[in-house]
Formats: sequence, C-alpha cells, structure tokens
Amino acid sequence: MEQKIKALRQQMEERLSQVDNRDKLSAFWQDFLGKKGSIADLMKGLGGVSKEDRPALGKVINEFKTQVEARYKEQSERMEQLELAARNRQEAVDITLPAKKRETGTLHPITIVKNEIINVFLGMGFEVFEGPEIEDDDHNFTRLNVAKDHPARDMQDTFYISDDILLRTHTSPGQIRVMDREKPPIKVLVPGRVFRSDSDATHSPMFHQMEGLVVDKGITLCDLQGMLDKFVKQIFDENVHTRLRPSYFPFTEPSVEVDVSCFECGGKGCGLCKHTGWIEVLGGGVVHQKVLRNCGIDPEVYSGFALGIGIERITMLKYGINNMGLLFENDLRFLKQFRD
Amino acid sequence: MIAPFSWLKEYVDIDVSAKELEEKLFGCGFEVEELKQLGKGVSNVVVGRVDSCEPVEGTHLFICQVDCGAYGSRQIVTGAPNVYAGMLTPAALDGATLPGGITIKAKPLHGIPSEGMLCSGEELGLNEDLFPGAETYGLLDLPKDAVPGEDIKPLTGLDEYIFDISVTANRPDCQSVFGIAREVAAVLNKPLKMPATDYHPSDFTYPGLKVTVEAPDLCPRYLAHGVRNITPGESPRWMKRRLALCGLRSISNVVDITNYVLLEIGQPMHAFDLDQLQNTEIIVRRAAEGETIQTLDEKEFKLTPDNLVICDGNRPVALAGIMGGLNSGITDNSRQLLFEAAKFARDSIRRTSRSLGQSSDSSARFEKGISEYTTELGMARALHLIEELGCGEVTASAFDESAGASREGKRFTARVSKINDILGIQVPTEEMIRILRSLQFDVTLEGEILDVTAPRYREDIEVGEPDLAEEIIREYGYDHVVPTFLAAAAVTGGGKTPDQLRQDKVKRAICAQGYSEVSTLAFYADEDLDTLRLPADAKERQVVRILNPITEKLSIMRPLLAPSLLKIVVENIKRGNAEGRIFELSNIYRPTEAGKLPEERLHLGLASFGPEEDFFAMKGSVEALGEAFGLHFEVERATDVSELHPGIAAWILCEGERIGVFGKLANEVTSSLKLHKDAKSHHNIFLGEIDYRKMMSHAAASFRYQPISVFPPVLRDLALTVKEEVTCGEMISEIRRACKQITDVELFDIYRGEQIGEGQKSMAFKLRFECEDHALQPEEVDKFVKKILGNLKYKLGADIR
Repeated sequence: MEQKIKALRQQMEERLSQVDNRDKLSAFWQDFLGKKGSIADLMKGLGGVSKEDRPALGKVINEFKTQVEARYKEQSERMEQLELAARNRQEAVDITLPAKKRETGTLHPITIVKNEIINVFLGMGFEVFEGPEIEDDDHNFTRLNVAKDHPARDMQDTFYISDDILLRTHTSPGQIRVMDREKPPIKVLVPGRVFRSDSDATHSPMFHQMEGLVVDKGITLCDLQGMLDKFVKQIFDENVHTRLRPSYFPFTEPSVEVDVSCFECGGKGCGLCKHTGWIEVLGGGVVHQKVLRNCGIDPEVYSGFALGIGIERITMLKYGINNMGLLFENDLRFLKQFRD
Repeated sequence: MIAPFSWLKEYVDIDVSAKELEEKLFGCGFEVEELKQLGKGVSNVVVGRVDSCEPVEGTHLFICQVDCGAYGSRQIVTGAPNVYAGMLTPAALDGATLPGGITIKAKPLHGIPSEGMLCSGEELGLNEDLFPGAETYGLLDLPKDAVPGEDIKPLTGLDEYIFDISVTANRPDCQSVFGIAREVAAVLNKPLKMPATDYHPSDFTYPGLKVTVEAPDLCPRYLAHGVRNITPGESPRWMKRRLALCGLRSISNVVDITNYVLLEIGQPMHAFDLDQLQNTEIIVRRAAEGETIQTLDEKEFKLTPDNLVICDGNRPVALAGIMGGLNSGITDNSRQLLFEAAKFARDSIRRTSRSLGQSSDSSARFEKGISEYTTELGMARALHLIEELGCGEVTASAFDESAGASREGKRFTARVSKINDILGIQVPTEEMIRILRSLQFDVTLEGEILDVTAPRYREDIEVGEPDLAEEIIREYGYDHVVPTFLAAAAVTGGGKTPDQLRQDKVKRAICAQGYSEVSTLAFYADEDLDTLRLPADAKERQVVRILNPITEKLSIMRPLLAPSLLKIVVENIKRGNAEGRIFELSNIYRPTEAGKLPEERLHLGLASFGPEEDFFAMKGSVEALGEAFGLHFEVERATDVSELHPGIAAWILCEGERIGVFGKLANEVTSSLKLHKDAKSHHNIFLGEIDYRKMMSHAAASFRYQPISVFPPVLRDLALTVKEEVTCGEMISEIRRACKQITDVELFDIYRGEQIGEGQKSMAFKLRFECEDHALQPEEVDKFVKKILGNLKYKLGADIR
C-alpha cells in the first residue's frame, strides 16, 4: 500500500506539472479526489487491510489526501491568477486614447478679473451696486461737479440718447445713486460697462470700470493708499506697492493717479513698465466736497475717497494681453484659455 | 504743452538738469510725455576746420584735410560746392550718427579714402530759424570763433531739451511756457521772473475807433489796442529760434509777436489790419442766421446765432477765438493794426469749433479756458514786444470791454487742521505757507486760520481747503502719505445682494453646460435686426437710438442679444472654430416715455454651433439651468420667431409663463450669413434668449428639502401606440396627471414600422412609482397603470402595445 501511495504521489506531481488549464485541473481532481478517484480507491482498499494496520494506514491515506487537496488548491489559485492576468491583459486599453469629457464653459476674462476685484473688496466690508448704463446728465456729470462748460466734458466723448440722456461715460454716477440711497458709513463698489465715443487700437467704445467709494467720518488720503496697497497685493503680487501722484478728476480733490510697482521686474524697469518701474493702474482721490453736498452729506462731518479701476487694463496686465481687441473678439480659442 | 528748457530758464534760475526737472514736474502733477533733445540722433559730430581743399578732377568732389582738434587731422571727401580752405564746418567722424538713423563710416568715395563727412545744417536737423545759415546749400559755415574738435551740439544749440508736458484739464493756466515756468519756480522753490510788459503809448488816438461787445455772455472780456507805423520785417534771432523750438516757422515780426505771446503767455492774439476794416467800429456779436465768413485758410463757413463773430460794423472779420477772416488779416503791406486779446466762453468756442469743424491753436486754448489775467498779460506783452522789436508805434487807442468779472484773486480762509485732516498727515504749517507762496498765493496766518488769496489765473481753485490740500501735497510730496487702513471708519457688513449672487450662479450653471461667456458691444445697427428677419412692426424694432454714433453700424442700443451672439458665432466659424457654445448675461434696452431713462432688462443669450449640436442639446442645457434654480421648464412650439426654424424652436414656459425662446437658426437666416459654403452646410447654429427677471420671478427665495421615501420605488415599462401627431410632452403630462405616485417618467424608445401601421408610432416609457408612507404592492401599481392607460386612451387615443 505504501508503495502504491508513493507511486501515486509521483504520479500526482507529474500530472500537476502538466496542468495548464481548467479542464486538466478538474480532470486531475476527478482522477485523484473524485468519488471514483485514486484516493477513493485507496480508501476502498483499506477494507482488505488487517484491522491492526488499518488505523495507521488510514492515517497515511488521509495525510496523502490532505496533501493532494493542498496541492490542488495551490494549483487552482495559481490558475486563477493566470487567468486573471490574461483577462487583465485582454481588457487593457490604450490610456492615451482621447478622453470622454463634458467640456465646461469658461467665464470671460473680464468677468474673472471683475469677480477677483470684487472678492478683495467684499472682504473689506464693501457692497456691490449696479446702476443704469443709460444715465442722465445730472448723475453722469452735473452732480459729479462737471458743469455744462466744464473742461472735463472734453475728456469724455459722450454718446447721447437725447439732450439730457446719455450712455454713462464712467461708473462714477453710481457714487451719486448710492449716496442718494444710503448715508455713511458707505463702502461700495460699482462695477459696470461704460461708453465713450472713441474707438481705435487702444480704445473700445464700450469698456468696463469699477468704482469704489468709501464715505465715513475721518477718511483721509492715507486711507485711500492703505486700501489700494491691500488691493494691488491681492490682485498682482504680495510684493508690490503703490505710488500716488497728482492728477485731476472733477469729482475728487485732491485727485491722484495710482501706479503699482512693476510686478514683472520688481521695479527695476522692463518692457511692461516701459522701463519706469511703475505701471499706472487706476485713478482716485478724496471725494469732492461739492459731490458730498450734492448728495446731502455734510463734508464738515464726513469725508471719503473714491477710486476708479479700468477692468480691461487690469485684465491685460494680469494675463499679459497686449491687444485690447482680443477681449471683444470673443474667439473661443482665446476665451477657452481662461479658468477662474 | 511744449516748453524748451532754455526758454524756461528765462523766468527761473534752474539749477537742475532737464532729466531732474522732468522728475520734479512729474511729482507735482505735470507728466512730461516726452523729454526730447533737439539734437537727438546726432553724435560724434565735431567742429572741423578745413585746412585745405583740392578739387578731384572729373568730379564735383573735393579732398579736404580737416583739423578736428583733439581728433586730429582727417581726410574727408565732400561734394559741397561752398567748401573753402579755412572754413569751420561740422565734421561727422567715423561712427557718427545723424538724425534719421544715419551712421557715418570711414569709407572711400570714388576710390578716395574719406574718414567721415562734412555736414550741412539740414543734415544735423537744423533749419534757418534754429541756426542762421542752416538752410544754405552746402556745408554749414560755422562762426569763426568755433574751436576745432569741439562738440557741435552746444555750438549750434542742438543740446537744447524740449519738454512735452501733459497738462490736466483743471490747469489751463499752464498752457504756456510762462505758465509752466510758474510751476517750475514753485517746485524748485526759486523766485519767478516776470516777462517784461511795460510799453509807452504815443499820444495818437484813432478818431472814431470804437469797440462794442454785444454778447458779453460769450465774450466776458475784450481788449483791443491800436498800433501804427508798422515796419514789417524779420524777427530777431532769439524769437525765431524759440518759435522754431515750438515747431512754428517765423513769418514776419508782427505775426511772430502774436504767435510768441500765444506760446509764452498762453493768450491767443489776433491782429486786424486797420486799413482793411470797412468801418472804424469793432462789434463782438452773435452771427446772423446764414451770415458767412471766409477764414484765413480760405475756407468759407455759413454761420448761425450760436457762433460768435467779430465784425467791423459791416461784416464779420473774425470767427471769434477760432480764426481771423481773410478780409482783414495782417499782410506785408499792413501799416496799422488793431491787436485783440479776449476771453471767450469755453463752451461757445467748443460748440462753434465742433459744429463748423474748424479749430486752431487759439480755439484749443479758449476751449480749455483763459483767465482774464492772461488776457491782460498777453496784451501788455504783445505791446511791449512791438516796442522791443521796434516795429511799430503803440497808440493811445486802447479798449477794455468787460462783463464785470472781479479783477481780484479768489479770497477765502482755510483751517490748517482741516487741510491735515483731508490728507491724513501733519504738514508743518510753515511748510504749507511756503508752498502756497511759492505758487503765488497770498497767505497770512491767524491762529490756525489761513487767509488766502489765490492768483487770478488759478480759476480752478473752487472750494478752499481741499484745493489747498491738493496744492500742498503735490508740492510737499505724495511720498509723505503714510498708508493707513480705514483707522477711523466704522465696520460694515458688505457682501453681494441675493440677486447678484443669483446672477453669478446663472453664469456658473450655464458654464457647466459647456457655454463660454462672451462680452459684446451693447450697440449695433438696424441691419443686424434685418439679419434676424425681424418684421418691421415687431416690438423689438422700437429701439433706443444713439444721436451721435461713431458709425451707423453702432447706432442702436440692442433690443435683443441674439444678433450680437450670432455675429460672434459667424466670426468664430470664419476663423475655423468648428464648434462652440457661448453665452452672455447682459442688458437689452427698450425705450420708455420721452425724458425718462430707457428700460434695461437683463437677458441671458445662448448660442451653439457645430456638427454635434442639436435642438435637444440646447434643450438639455436650458432645462439644467432651470433645475439649478429648482425650476421646471415646459416647452411650447414656437413657429413665429423670425430668426428661428418654425419646426425646431420652442418657447420656454415656466409655470405657464413664456420666459424665453430657443431653437435652430432659421434656414433663411443661415443662408444669408456670409459663410463659406462648406461651413454653412455643416454648421448647425442654435440660438436662445431668456428674460432673466422673468425666469427668476419663478425661483423660490428659499429652499426646503423634500423628504426621501424610505420605501423602494416600483418601476414599470409601458409601450403605447398613438397617432403620429401626439407629442411626447403630451403623453408624459397625461401620465403624470393620472397618478400622483409617479415620481418620474422617462421615454426610452420610439418605434415606427409596419407592425404599428401608417401614421402611428409606438412610444415606450419607464415609469417610476413611489409612495411616502408604505411599500407599494404589485396590485396597487396595477391599479395605477390601469388608470393611466384609461386616461391616455381617453385623452390621446393611446393603446397599449
């Protein structure tokens, strides 16, 4: 019997080594572990063994059976792994094939920059007000201290709808509308489209501005620069700072032009800043006392500052766009580049 | 504003370089747009003395041995006929540059070695007014005291710097060299020297000569002064040179004086030839309707009472403030003249200049504003120059017509503390006073109160303390401003309004559908509405019109976004972008009552194009947009929207209200677009336009969640046969109507074929039943289905398949 088992073991190893598919594996099981298999035969053969030898021999057969089962399991698992590997190989894809994606749209760069600016000021407690694009002379000029024969009217070529109604030339009439509705403390932004009747390579008859207005007790020119410093750091770069220089707007006094130190070269001078180290970004000033009075706000009690930002200008500076026309052509190859 | 450096030096002892002055001016509000050296481009040109010049046989050339001082003796070949031995002339050495980007190289001429070039005045960029002899044909003959080897620039005045200064609209007093000099004196803290204005009129008076101003509102000040015994001739060198530095050519002494005063003082002057006046009376009045004048440049204008004219009693002799008349101007034969220096109303000059399309250096200055002080100074200066140049006799016939404006500077008091409050810094009081005085303000201090009188020419000084704050800080320096962050201000809440947040969300929601935002002009032309085939009587044809458009193409405020978006689509297709989706959330405009502001309504415009696009893609995007706001949209066939395909277009209904429309671009419109034929065939274009406010009027202000059923849903499929005309929408709404336990109905198949029969179709729906309070039993659902089928049969004639 022992001889027989020895022979079977050898036979088993031989068979196993030949197993290379499921059918051979199950044939192996049938032949060794099946009801009519070799091990069952061995068990049957126990009947003819003497009673005293039977337990020992039974044990040997059982051990052999356990061994065969373990080998079978081992082989079966190996087989599974091979099959899985084969399936994986078969299912593999060329991962560089084009993606199936649902392309999302993009916001216009003007909107992205407008939102960015708004977000900076929202954090400082500003509200957002949007006034009408078609305005009356009173809000657009007169109450902003631009009288009929004021030279500042020459600065702004105005589109008229009637003698008295016009397309706003700036977002500043928003100042008047806000101060008519609210009393200080006022912190408001007025973004919007504005219109001027010039059109060339650097001008579009429609463009975007953002007015900022703060009116409260004790507001000074120093506050204007403080706020602008924060603004330019957030919009451009943590290391930039502002420079004020005298300018003129009818609705502020003193009026300033605000330059930002060049974020491209750090102020050393480069093409972007035309080798001056400074880039003009916006205008502003202390709200003119006449404008406050025109809105029923007492300049002896309150003061304020206003600023006007050209959104196209900031957008072009931020993204290195050197031709304003691109912003209004709306070529999708251009628009799709902007992600907010 | 052009100001030559040397001219400024006449009024101020400038001890800084031109470059330093540029920076100082920039700091006090006068940006130098260009600081140009007259001899820009000229380098390595020195005085050369021609020691010998030998003609080259058979040519027009001369071989010259030129002593160039420290640069040694050079052999230079020249073709100039006026060369002579002993001549001192500019020698451009090897590597020298001349204006116009010319570089001189030592190279043989006709095979004769030449180590440079001898130059004419014009080759150096000079003209006769800048340097006498400069326009002589041939080499520039330099004065005998010129030293060989010396740089040519200082000798010929090419080292002059010319400032081109940008003057802000509030400072018309700086539209002159002297005006700029006043600022230079202040910023350098130096005394200001006044130009000489003294003159000595003779006893002679023109009998009967009279000046009347009939329109003092348009001419608040009018000065006139007779000058006789004029001796026409050349102006002195210094005057010619200064005019030339400012870009003017010298004409004759009297004409030059008027131009000189304009440049120096900023006062436009006019001179009438007294012999040409038909009457001895000058009348300043509004033109009669239809009256005509021919100006000095021989253009003829037909006038209206809006235009101010100067008349000689019979006829206009000048278009006030803009240009003199051809009938009365100064000529070489003029022997007696009447100088005019006036202040005309800015607005009047501007309107006349615009309406006639005629302008001049004078009108430009009047439009910006002239003070009466300038008028007085200008006249006195002109009369002084007549005497200084000795070209006429200043008579005693002087006229001064005034509307009565004060001849005092504006006087007011200002608090030192308030000035500092505006600035937010403490400027020392004595510094304030010093600055104001340097700007020619009269200042005295009483406690903390400044008693201030502004110079008469500072008409921009209006309200007092803020004006002074501005004057003080621009001289004291903006670098003294210390940034602070609203130290005294109250805390405010801020934030966007709910509607502003909703607009942001609309943009995000539609971006998520693949639409990219565009930014288009708010105006276009009537023809853009024609492109949409909009009927003449459509309400959108009533538009807000621009009175003064740049072009007719941009003359109406848009009543619809569709034309703007369609243009962008067409432009993209032309540029080879084969597909795309765009949107704009922007205003459209509608007229209201006359005198009232037009209505502005926010619209959301959509457009898509490309081979993959279809009606249902846009429908999906529109529905998804609605869902973002909890809105359910229905559609209603739109057959009469002119720009859309009558069979592929739909109104968008929200709770029964039409809030917008979308669909395929009508074939008629597509074929009218100027697109390449191939492009036309495969570019499907779809447009949509939604009234933002109408849509949002249906959106709930707040949102509460709906409980989710804990019981599992039951799904049933139904295939139904109906007549072809029955729409899917009708089927779904009838299915929903019949059973409130239905939470979803989805069409998953449409079949047409023999088995169904002609004119019929089969539609297969997946129905989802849910119930909040118990698990639905099959028998219950069977009952629902039976009810649904009954309703469908009754309403739409549908049979189960």
